[in-house]
Parts: sequence; structure tokens; C-alpha cells
Amino acid sequence: MSYLRSSFRHPQAKKNKLGYTQANYEGALSTLCAGCGHDSISNSIINACFELSLEPHKIAKMSGIGCSSKTPAYFLSNSHGFNSVHGRMPSVTTGANMANRDLTYIGVSGDGDTASIGMGQFMHLVRRNLNMVYIVMNNGVYGLTKGQDSATADLGSASKKGVPNMYEPMDLCELAISLGSGYVARSFSGDKDQLVPLIQGAIKHNGFALIDCISPCVTFNNNPQSTKSYEWVRDHKEATGTFDLVPFEQEIQVQSPDANKETITLHDGSVINLHRQPESLDITCRESVLSALEEAKQNKHVLTGLLHLNTDSKNTHEIINTSQRPLNSMKEEDLCPGSDLLEALNQSLR
Amino acid sequence: MRIEAVNDFVIRFANVNGTGSASANNMFSKAVFRMGVPVSPKNIFPSNIQGLPTWFEVRVTEKGYLGSRGDVDFVVAINGQTMKKDYDTLMPGGYFLFDSTKALPRDFQRDDIIEIGIPLTQMCIDNYSNPRQRQLFKNIIYVGALAYLFDMELEVLTGMVKDQFAKKEKLIAPNIGALELGYNYAKEHYPDTCGLKVQRRDNVGESIIIDGNSAAGLGAIYGGATFVGWYPITPSTSVVEAFEKYAKKYRVDAETGQNNFAILQAEDELSAIGMAIGANWNGARAFTATSGPGVSLMSEFLGLAYFAEIPVVLMDIQRSGPSTGMPTRTQQSDIISAAYASHGDTKQVLLIPCDPAECFEMSAQAFDLADRLQTPVILMSDLDLGMNDHMSRPFKWDDERKYDRGKVLTADDLDKMTERWGRYKDVDGDGIGYRTYPGTHPTKGSYFTRGSSHDEYAAYTEDSSVYEDNMQRLVLKWETAKGVVPKPQIKYRDKNSKVAAIFYGTSAQASYEALDGLEAEGTKINTCRIKSFPFHEDIKSFIEEHDTIFVIEQNRDAQMRTLLLNEFNTGTEKLRSILNIDGMPIRARRIKRKIERMLSGEKVNPFTTARSAQEEVEA
Repeated sequence: MSYLRSSFRHPQAKKNKLGYTQANYEGALSTLCAGCGHDSISNSIINACFELSLEPHKIAKMSGIGCSSKTPAYFLSNSHGFNSVHGRMPSVTTGANMANRDLTYIGVSGDGDTASIGMGQFMHLVRRNLNMVYIVMNNGVYGLTKGQDSATADLGSASKKGVPNMYEPMDLCELAISLGSGYVARSFSGDKDQLVPLIQGAIKHNGFALIDCISPCVTFNNNPQSTKSYEWVRDHKEATGTFDLVPFEQEIQVQSPDANKETITLHDGSVINLHRQPESLDITCRESVLSALEEAKQNKHVLTGLLHLNTDSKNTHEIINTSQRPLNSMKEEDLCPGSDLLEALNQSLR
Repeated sequence: MRIEAVNDFVIRFANVNGTGSASANNMFSKAVFRMGVPVSPKNIFPSNIQGLPTWFEVRVTEKGYLGSRGDVDFVVAINGQTMKKDYDTLMPGGYFLFDSTKALPRDFQRDDIIEIGIPLTQMCIDNYSNPRQRQLFKNIIYVGALAYLFDMELEVLTGMVKDQFAKKEKLIAPNIGALELGYNYAKEHYPDTCGLKVQRRDNVGESIIIDGNSAAGLGAIYGGATFVGWYPITPSTSVVEAFEKYAKKYRVDAETGQNNFAILQAEDELSAIGMAIGANWNGARAFTATSGPGVSLMSEFLGLAYFAEIPVVLMDIQRSGPSTGMPTRTQQSDIISAAYASHGDTKQVLLIPCDPAECFEMSAQAFDLADRLQTPVILMSDLDLGMNDHMSRPFKWDDERKYDRGKVLTADDLDKMTERWGRYKDVDGDGIGYRTYPGTHPTKGSYFTRGSSHDEYAAYTEDSSVYEDNMQRLVLKWETAKGVVPKPQIKYRDKNSKVAAIFYGTSAQASYEALDGLEAEGTKINTCRIKSFPFHEDIKSFIEEHDTIFVIEQNRDAQMRTLLLNEFNTGTEKLRSILNIDGMPIRARRIKRKIERMLSGEKVNPFTTARSAQEEVEA
């Protein structure tokens, strides 16, 4: 970790529509190990929110416990953050979202926090299609407790300790797709060009959006025998196609015609442009995505990019018909039925 | 000798669950109430949907003693599985109403009781062809017979049938027909048989009849709760069902048809309380309801809410433990696990209601206290209070009342602030800092909520003195809590008496009755009903003023006594337990007998429950 951060900012640093520079989206200095993939993901979050011109205070940063769950301290310091208990970020975020549907919820978790202790909550969160971004900083290893295998570690992959993992891995993307999530992506902390638009798309998506982001642990799981090392992932990743997001408010640039471009409009009018090869995967089809993921696994490839997109789903509030007005803004006059109705009720109980 | 009494007896219905008996028995109980006579019904049911024994006990009590009395004067024995036991445990001089379609077995040979045979099955076969009707009307027929035997006003019962089936009119005539069948059979065959009577009085006043869980759910509506995360568990489920029922009635926006509330059934209790905490953190009032096993699961989150200082309301409807215990039987055995819920040094605020009116009031108040104190508040009800109907003061609400949202800063407050704001900074000297809701201000008031050690500005710290200061501030906050939680109800029967009793929740009614009985015999015992934790200082002085204090509660380990000793560090010799752990509501007669023997200097075992009373060992 570093102890000092330069206070120098470029005087002509780019400003977004709110007049903010990227510095307005930064957080405290990271205390993670130098070179940790998680810090790159934090930077991509900063970048994505800056470029989308989101008001930082209208974002809530949610996390569980672990190295990954510490990162919300390192981005968006003008946002409220909640570092909850191990594996329970989904429930806390669900309640927070129920209280105020107008904020943007960015949840950060790790592979231990999600795929082991938090697996139950994770799956039910996906089922309910809570409107949030869920980023798993996936390094296949428990960092804070010094190097135990996690449930996403690949069979046979070995961490620094050198003992090959004996168990089948959880594939969080496959799970999320099968549980009905309409936005599922896999990325790599070292590929900012892919990650930033994926985060932007996830923020704009109405409903649950998962980004399973492989994020090497430089201290415990970056050795040649590990399938979550920088080297291995760089050598084995394969993208489903490239992707860019055009926010609703932004003027769409006239581009040269692109036969392989597919345009999908999101809930708020933003547009996702998918660029893919004619023979490649149809990410709107669950079945083909699931078989492509299995095939990639067999070929020892890591399929990255947007894996699945379905914009036609209701989020939790829409399912249960909650008021458009945030529940936390309601007062006595909205909530308390008053003494007359109570007296009528008393009368019915005699 | 037959038992003779007007408006003062206990009748027990022995049924098979799933046969529709509960609504018939409730009808009987409500009819007594509508004749102006106080009544206390208790449903004793199995953890099962169909086919196992269930009992419904109704205490008719002109004097308004609503606790369990003990002993049965009249039994309606409809369940073959339990008939022998129901027969054998009836009080001498009592009445045994049975289905005489089949004769009683030969070993039913008591000559000290009055047998009342009514051929219920045969009457149903003769009068109804539909099998379901044959089963349901059997219950209504015996209610009709009771109306004759107790000399009740049949019009009250027929009026109730009309109310009950106002929306299904074609059911009215057959139900009234069944009542009359029973009434006339008893009139013809059992004139002047029963010495128990229900006579009209004017003793219920403004009272209402409702179960504690409905009252607590309603209290949450009035208290401004907008979100519930919950996981089904007996006996707490009906709290959330009531909340939902009332929310659909009172909280749907007339224009948009959208809900000013949200309810999510969680995947488990951990998630249920996690959701409630998340919503409260974000400024909505939210709660969850559970029972003992849920409290165990929620303990980790209760520690987070305690340490990160997030308001949350938990309703613990206690049942018999440990582990799964007896899920459909009552107990007050979560006192210690709730009071000190979670690892590390934690203390939780408890509210302990004793009737539906208090369930309503304390449920609404819990949200104010949680917001004011920025900590969990646990409503400690139990199965007896939660799932049985109780006669109670009516609900009251002051329309001028405003919700106390505690110390919350608005954008304006933040703009006007000159000093640096710290989320956990104690600027008022009461141990409570100022919160902000997410999204309040573009550049001020954001902070990081965490269950790890933090300084006044919510930043992570491992600095020993900063950690310790924070922990000591939480003690100061606990002291503040003592001044805002409900005070105990202390009653002096005799200022000079050195004998006293302490009790709480559903142990109160039976205790007051037992002590009234003792007072009538010349023994005056002062009382303190505990309504909350942390304990008020008055409780300590009450203990100091007396030499012998009976602590009456419904658990094995004398948990409230332990809590009192632990918090006050005094009274070990004075505090003497009277305990009940058989899963039934504690009974007044047994408390009275126990106190009499203890006061006469006998060394007796503290349990009032059946088995230990019979095989009492020197304690």
C-alpha cells in the first residue's frame, strides 16, 4: 500500500456535465497490497460514475467483509457507504433499496463473501431482481485470512501455498443467468477498456446487474499455477464482443455503418451498442450463453464481456408495486391512519 | 357435589386440530364477552396442521382476571385421543360433555363429576348430508348446547353468526339451525343439570378483544413502519400477516394504487433482519418479527446495529426453547439471549408488553426509541400474548403525535454547521451522535457505516484509546436509554410490607390475581411489573425496600432474576424464583399456593409446573 497520495490535480482536468472532475469521485487512499486488482476495479468505478455524471451523493456503496469489501472506502467519498457483515451485503442492500428507490446502489463483494458465506443471500437477491450493481472482485482466494481457497477457485488451480484445489468451482455468472438476472458480465480488473462500459451499463440496467470481475490477488494467488493470476487470465480470456453505452442524455454520434452492431435500449432510454462477429454468441439468449460458458470452461478459456442481457424484467419494487415516492420520504400524514380509523377498528373488536 | 358458579369458571374444549373447532370455540368466548362478562381464551395447539389434539380453554371471569387460573370446571371432550386424560383431570364436581353417539368406555368410572352426553355425530348424520358440514356443525351444535346449559342469551350467539357470515348469507340459516339443535337437545335432556351460569353484566366497559400479534402489527402501522423483511416462524408469523392486512387497508395510495409500504419474505432470519437494518440505515422505519431460533440467527446483525448504531425494531414472540423446543407452546425464555444479543460487549433495549394495548403502544413506541437511541429495540412478547385473544383496553392514538426520528441532520443543518461533523461525535453529552441519511447533501454528511472499530468520524481505527472511548460512549448512551424507556409499574399494597413480587409480560395477570387472593387472606405483597430493559433505577430501590421478593417468570433458569442480579449486583438472598416451564400460561392458583408455602418457611422447589409440583423436591 501507499502512504501518500499526490494532491496534484491537472488544472485543466476534464469536467463532466455536473462540472465535477474525476477527483470528486475519488475516495480515501487504498490500504490494499500494491498491485491488487481490486484497486483497478475501484478506479473503473470512479471512471464509470464520473463519465455518467452521476451525483456522488445519490449513490450508496454497499459491501460485506473481506479485502474487496474494504474498497468502497477507496472510491466515491461523497457517497454513503455501508460495510456490513460477512456475506450479508445483499440483505442490507435490499432493505436500503426498499427505503429509497431513487438512489443508485453499487454493491461490492468478494468470492468468499458471495460464493461461500453469502451464497444464500446472493441467490435470493438475484431472484428478486433488486435494482443494483453487484460487483464481485473475484480472486479465488481468501486474502485477509491469508490464502485459503475460495469457492470460485478452479479445480486444480493452486495458490501460493501450492496445493491444488480439490473441489468444483462456483460460476457466479452461470448462477445469476439461471436465476433470471437480466445483466450478467464477466471482466478482468486489468482490462479497464472493457470494465468501465460494463459498469456503466450495469448502473443503467433496470434490475439486478452482476459483474464477476477477476481480480488477481498479488500476495496469495498470482503464481503460475493459479487460474486467477494476471498472466493466466491475460492468456486465456476471450471476449464475447465489444460494447459501448450511450447514456440517454448524450447526443449519439454519427458513426460509420457497422453491420455487426446491435442496439439495445435500456429502461431509461440509454442505448447499448454491441459489436460482435456474425458467428458469435447471442447474449440475449440464456441457453446459448450457458452453453458457451460451459464450452469456454472446457477449453480453458475465460469468456469475458457482457454475457447476458435481458432488458425486459421487473425490478423488486415493480414486482411488489411500491410507491414511486421513496418510502423514507413519507411522513406521519402519509403513514399514520389516525385516531378515527382506530376508533372504528376498536368498535369492530367488541 | 357439583361446582356452582356464576360468571366464574374455566371451560376447556378438547378437539382435533383442523376440524374447524377454533372458530366455534371463539364464538363461544366472544359471546360471553358480548354479554358483558370478561373472558380469557387460550388456544393450546400442536405444531401440526391436521389430526393432533388441540385444546381451547375459556376462562369466564366476572372479576376480570385474565391470566390462566389453573384447573378445569367444565370440559367439552370431542377428541377420542385425549378423552381419558380430559376425564381424569377434571375438577371434582365438574362437568364432562361428550359425544354420546358412542357410549363412554368402561374405565370412565368417576362418580364425582357430572356427565353430559350429547349424540353430536348422530345428530349431524341425521341433519346434514355433506361430510364437511357434518364435521363443522358438530362444533356449532355443542356451542348451542352450552348456551342452554349456562343459561346464556341465544340471541347473542345468533347475532354473532349473522355478523360472521354477513358476506356469505346462505351460511347464516344453517349455522343458526345447528345452534338451535344443540340448544334444544340440552333443554330437553339436561334441564337443571349445570350449576355454572353466564349472566349478563356490564363489566367489560370499553374493552376490545384481539390477539397481541395483531396489535403489534397495527402498532407498526401507526408507528410509521414502511418496510418489513421477515421469515415465517411460529408464533411470530401473524405479526407480519397483521401488518400486511392493515397496510393493504390503510396504506394503499388511493390515486396510484401503489403501496406506501413494502414487505419482503426473506430467505432466512439473517436476511430478514439485514433487510430491516438496511432500510432503517436509509431512513425508513422497518422491522422484523421472529421467535427464539430467529433471535439466535439474528444475533450477529443485532451486534452490527448496536455497534454501528443503526435503529431497528425486532419483535420477538417467544416460545418454548431451547433449540426448536415446543414451537406452539409459550415461554419467556429469550430474556437473556435478547438482552445481551450478539458477541462482544452488547446490550439491547427490550420492551415487554403484557396485553394487546401495550403491544400496540410499545410497537409504535419502539420505532421512536430506536430512532432516538440509534440502536435495536426488541419487543418481547410471547406465544400466549401474541396468538391468543385477550381482553384489553381499547387502542388510542393522539393525532397530534409526531414521530421522533431522533438526531438526523438535513442538508440545511449541514450547510449551517460551523464545526466539523462527526457521525459518532457526542456533542450533546448523551452518548448519541447525529446521523445523516444517504443522499442528503452533495458534499457534506457522507460517512462510512461499519461494524469494525471506528472513530468519531466513522473512520476505521485500531487505536486502543479511540476504541475504548467509543465503547464507553455506548455505555453513556445506555444510561440515556434508562431515562426514555417505559418505567416499571410499581404498586404498593402496603408501604410497610417487606414482601414483594416482580414479574413481567404475560406473567403479570396471573400474578396480580394470586396476590389479590393472598391479600384477601391478609398477606399484602407489593408489586413491580418490569416493562423494559435497561432497568429503571426505581426497580433497584424497590428491591432494596423489601426483604423477600418473588420473581415470577416463565423459564427454567430464572432469566429475569439473573438479569436483575447482574445489572444491580444486589439481592441474591432476597430474590426468590417462582417459575413455570410447561409451555402453558402460568396459572394463578399455583403461584398463590407456591407463595403461601414459601412464606410459611417451607423449602420448596420454585417450579409451579405440573410434574415438578407433584414430585416436588427440596430446593
